[in-house]
Amino acid sequence: METMRDIKRRIGSVKNTQKITRAMKMVSAAKLQNSQKKARAAKPFFTMTRKILSDVYKYTDLKENHPLLHPSEGDKKLLIIISADRGLCGAYNTRITEEAEAFLKKNPDTEIFALGSKARDYLKRREYKIIKDYEQIDDYPSLNFARQISEEIIEMFKGTKFNQVNIIYTHFESAINQQLRNISLLPIDAEEIDQELIQKGESSSEEHVDYIYEPSPNYILDIILPKYVHNSLYSILLESKASEFGSRMTAMDAATENANEMIDDLTLSYNRARQASITKEITEIVGGAEALK
Amino acid sequence: MAPKNKILLKIITPKRVVFKEKIDVLEAPAVDGLIGILPNHAPLITALKTGVIRIVNENNERFISVSEGIMDVKPDQVNIVARTAELPDEINLERAKEAKKRAKRRLEEKNNKLDNARAEGALERALARIKTAEKHHSDYY
Repeated sequence: METMRDIKRRIGSVKNTQKITRAMKMVSAAKLQNSQKKARAAKPFFTMTRKILSDVYKYTDLKENHPLLHPSEGDKKLLIIISADRGLCGAYNTRITEEAEAFLKKNPDTEIFALGSKARDYLKRREYKIIKDYEQIDDYPSLNFARQISEEIIEMFKGTKFNQVNIIYTHFESAINQQLRNISLLPIDAEEIDQELIQKGESSSEEHVDYIYEPSPNYILDIILPKYVHNSLYSILLESKASEFGSRMTAMDAATENANEMIDDLTLSYNRARQASITKEITEIVGGAEALK
Repeated sequence: MAPKNKILLKIITPKRVVFKEKIDVLEAPAVDGLIGILPNHAPLITALKTGVIRIVNENNERFISVSEGIMDVKPDQVNIVARTAELPDEINLERAKEAKKRAKRRLEEKNNKLDNARAEGALERALARIKTAEKHHSDYY
């Protein structure tokens, strides 16, 4: 059995750990709030871009030949994976890597674009082909960063090496509920965007507007499609970060909770050990006194 | 007298909704020239250059700088989504002038294409901001 001193030392170390997990929880909570604020501020912008895109798409005849709307000629897929740079955030990274591996098993001819070092390291160890990676991603990614990355991705897609670009990320529902998503980023499925807007009641299929396009519909598509990709990636980055913080917050909350339980258990055994030693001493004294009689 | 027709103008950037008001007239820098919009304009979609938007409401003139925008015009509303947009009192003139100098210097150094394109974008934005701020001030002096 452990001595009283051992138990006391263990209580101290658990308490120290608890301090750290509690601090991490509070930091994540603050960061989560910040990124939620950012995501909320960007929402009208996303909705409006989508609406304009679906409007242009609906009433343009030239959409057949825009490169970003159709699978290009290559036969490979590009998979973008967004994970965290750091651990201690529960199952956040594991879920992502698991989904990525399942996808890679189904589509062996896939190359990887990794954002965040955790997924990159995991997949590298298993010798998947990573063509590009970024790490140390900002806690609050900027639109410029999203723009730079999506330009790279668009170039790769146009380069006819990949016929499809998928992205795995974690969609933020709430601090305790995040969903893993695997969506297709390119080619852009404007049909689907339109359907989605109609479902949300933000656009109607009836309304027919004959737009004038200045200077031409194709010119507008050329501008708005890449913009749409920038924006989608930007919102995906924001959501992933929010999910990471949410995940970390929950994990650290659980850890703090567990530390409490451990401290309770250890205190109980400490008290038992103390009681046992007192009892032992008394028995010894009583035994000694008996012997003197 | 029937209420006068107005346009609901919304200017939206990724950071926030910059402007949302009913106005009389709007003048925007489209890619192929300045476009004036009055109420009941035919539906139109156009790309905007980096530049200055002029707004008139009740004989009041206001300016807003925008960069890389798309304008969606409907008879009773105009939606502009832009990379950046600022009202005159949000513009830091000193900073814009500083940015202009910096961008010019970068353009003079011979860099690769990407850097050049970036510097050009920055220069255009700085010029638009300076113009917006100065136009706004000229109202008073």
